[in-house]
Amino acid sequence: MEAWRFFKRTLVLVLKGRPAYYIWCFLLIAVFSIGLKFYFNQVNEGLIVTNMRDQVSWGLYIANFTYLVGVAAAAVLLVIPAYIYHFEPIKEIVVLGELFAASSMIMALMLVFMDLGRPERFWHLIPFIGKLAFPQSLLAWDVLVLNGYLFLNIFIPVYILVKSYYRQEPNKRFIIPLILFSIPMAVGIHTVTAFLYNGLPARPFWNASILAPRFLASAFCSGPAIIIIIFQAIRAISNIKIKDEALFKIAELIAYAMFLNLFLMGAEIFKEFYSDTIHLAPITYLYKGIGDHRALVPWIWSSFFLNVAAFLMFLLPATRRRIITLNIACLFTIVGIWIEKGIGFVLPGFTPDPLGEIYEYIPNLTEFAISLGIWALGLLIFTLFMKVAIPIVRGDFVHSRHEKKTLQPSLSKNAGIEGKGNLGE
Amino acid sequence: MADKLYTRRDVVKVISFSLLAGSGLLGSSCVNKEATEEFLQRHYLEMTEDEKKRVVKRLEERYRKDYGVKFNISTEAAKKGTLWGYGLDLSRCIGCRRCVYACVRENNNSRHDPQVHLIRVLRLKKGNLINLEHSEHYYNPEHVPEEGFIYMPVQCQHCENPPCVKVCPVKATWKEPDGLVVVDYNWCIGCRYCMAACPYKGRVFNWAEPKIPKEEINGEVHYLGNRPRMKNVVEKCTFCIQRVRSGRYPACVEACPTGTRKFGNLLDQESEIRYLIENKRVFRLKEDLNTEPKFYYFFSL
Repeated sequence: MEAWRFFKRTLVLVLKGRPAYYIWCFLLIAVFSIGLKFYFNQVNEGLIVTNMRDQVSWGLYIANFTYLVGVAAAAVLLVIPAYIYHFEPIKEIVVLGELFAASSMIMALMLVFMDLGRPERFWHLIPFIGKLAFPQSLLAWDVLVLNGYLFLNIFIPVYILVKSYYRQEPNKRFIIPLILFSIPMAVGIHTVTAFLYNGLPARPFWNASILAPRFLASAFCSGPAIIIIIFQAIRAISNIKIKDEALFKIAELIAYAMFLNLFLMGAEIFKEFYSDTIHLAPITYLYKGIGDHRALVPWIWSSFFLNVAAFLMFLLPATRRRIITLNIACLFTIVGIWIEKGIGFVLPGFTPDPLGEIYEYIPNLTEFAISLGIWALGLLIFTLFMKVAIPIVRGDFVHSRHEKKTLQPSLSKNAGIEGKGNLGE
Repeated sequence: MADKLYTRRDVVKVISFSLLAGSGLLGSSCVNKEATEEFLQRHYLEMTEDEKKRVVKRLEERYRKDYGVKFNISTEAAKKGTLWGYGLDLSRCIGCRRCVYACVRENNNSRHDPQVHLIRVLRLKKGNLINLEHSEHYYNPEHVPEEGFIYMPVQCQHCENPPCVKVCPVKATWKEPDGLVVVDYNWCIGCRYCMAACPYKGRVFNWAEPKIPKEEINGEVHYLGNRPRMKNVVEKCTFCIQRVRSGRYPACVEACPTGTRKFGNLLDQESEIRYLIENKRVFRLKEDLNTEPKFYYFFSL
């Protein structure tokens, strides 16, 4: 059977690689396995093995989830500038971006799953089979849009890749609308995730209308920063030629996004501190600490300085257009935003709690191990995606009937055979 | 419908169940019949009377095995014409926490690791009522009441417009016709979104399997109330649904030595709670959130 043959050949492709590939995969599998071991213990003992408690009922898992939803959204939003500025090679950028979004989405969904007290009851969330509380619960919205987005970001690249495998042009009238649809969906997943917190008047720290715009702005920093690093990695290990110019352009976009992010943050800080109401407590806890409770203070200030430094480095052409400083700025952004919208966003929502109690949450080994395990799983999935996708988009991995033809230059002039047609142009 | 052996829904459930079992997530325990039944158990509001009876029988047997006590699990529905309301007299509360411990015993709450309390008594400095950030939750003096403080017990406020119910992604929690906000512990997926949504800290989580001394078990339970919970599900005060639906006061009302706690039917014009609302200056916590609690605080003195 044809599909089976494709599958078998893909499997061979995935299993064969250079030693560095094996070491990388083995490392990721090892980290994932450690996380899995901790997870089984968590399932047996209950969530009491984490440091979450009634006062702070969400922790590191949900912090990572929030961050990764942003990354997943930004990976696809990058398609817009890619089209506008004619980044080359466009098809590769779309495919890689969407596969990266899919990997991030898998990580985000897995993190929520890790956070569920009764994972075996997940079927209660399945529409029509369970009892999904759509539309009143924002979590129900999130289940639908996140899974829809995941489906879209697997379907689009797989469609393009399979077409390339057969040396056929993708049907643009079919796939372009889907790609375009994935753009509002990207905005949608992050907005819904923001609304998930935003819609809780019990938590004044989250109940600010600036939340969704802040989420999008910060996602447009961290997502592209990761993409810049990944594009360089892909460029180094494959023969895909991603021009420096494209990276610099993305970096410039991060500068604008970071400006917006810092501006929105400033607007929120002004409003809270100047009005100085009863609702000041969470943001005070975050930036100044309350009494002896200062766990987040060094983190949030590091995040602030990392973000400001990254902004300047992306803004100044001298640092933006040098690979080393560019990468440092990306790293600053990735870490800075992770703190800002991960722990620096989720935890102050719970501290102090609605009755004024302060429980200082610091994640424990179990939570670190499980979260890291999920990151490793995501990276592994992305690696395997790339292992198959890169040879296909480069035209090295094709159906066997085309393999012979490529050996004969005289036949490859045939119009339908050129696999690297520019999508959308 | 009735003569069909399996509905499409059942088939899908069995398929998803086998997939899960196959993936090893449930481990070997899922192979036995009881666990399978529990896994496939429907939402409480969708169960037929027969299904309820079967589930109750299974649970009664399990609890008897686990705790060595005979259990009587009620599924008594709300009585027509009842809407439960609570009154709390801040002038009288001395902060002794007898209500807290009566509640723990009545409701079969986990005693340690985690210690689950459905009532929390806040100690507030006199002159300060609204800003709870200055409240003390773990006061522990030799004697109560202390000079210069007042005490404010807080528990689930049984909102008419409950934010916890609105956010639950699987409808595992709802407001009963008599106004009680309840949880189907067998339907809760443990996502804890309701805990984030509650402005009163009315919900607590069973972070581990509850630990209850066998000799302190209360075998008179309601399915939606004080039956022993399992690990990793949320729970809350139900105004002692097992008691109030059979004509008794909640345990906290009975335990209070100062008459701080009042309880009654808001639809009954002759009830004490109605008298209090009409004749005292009552207020409710965080009224700005529009949650419309049925829990009224007042000062009698």
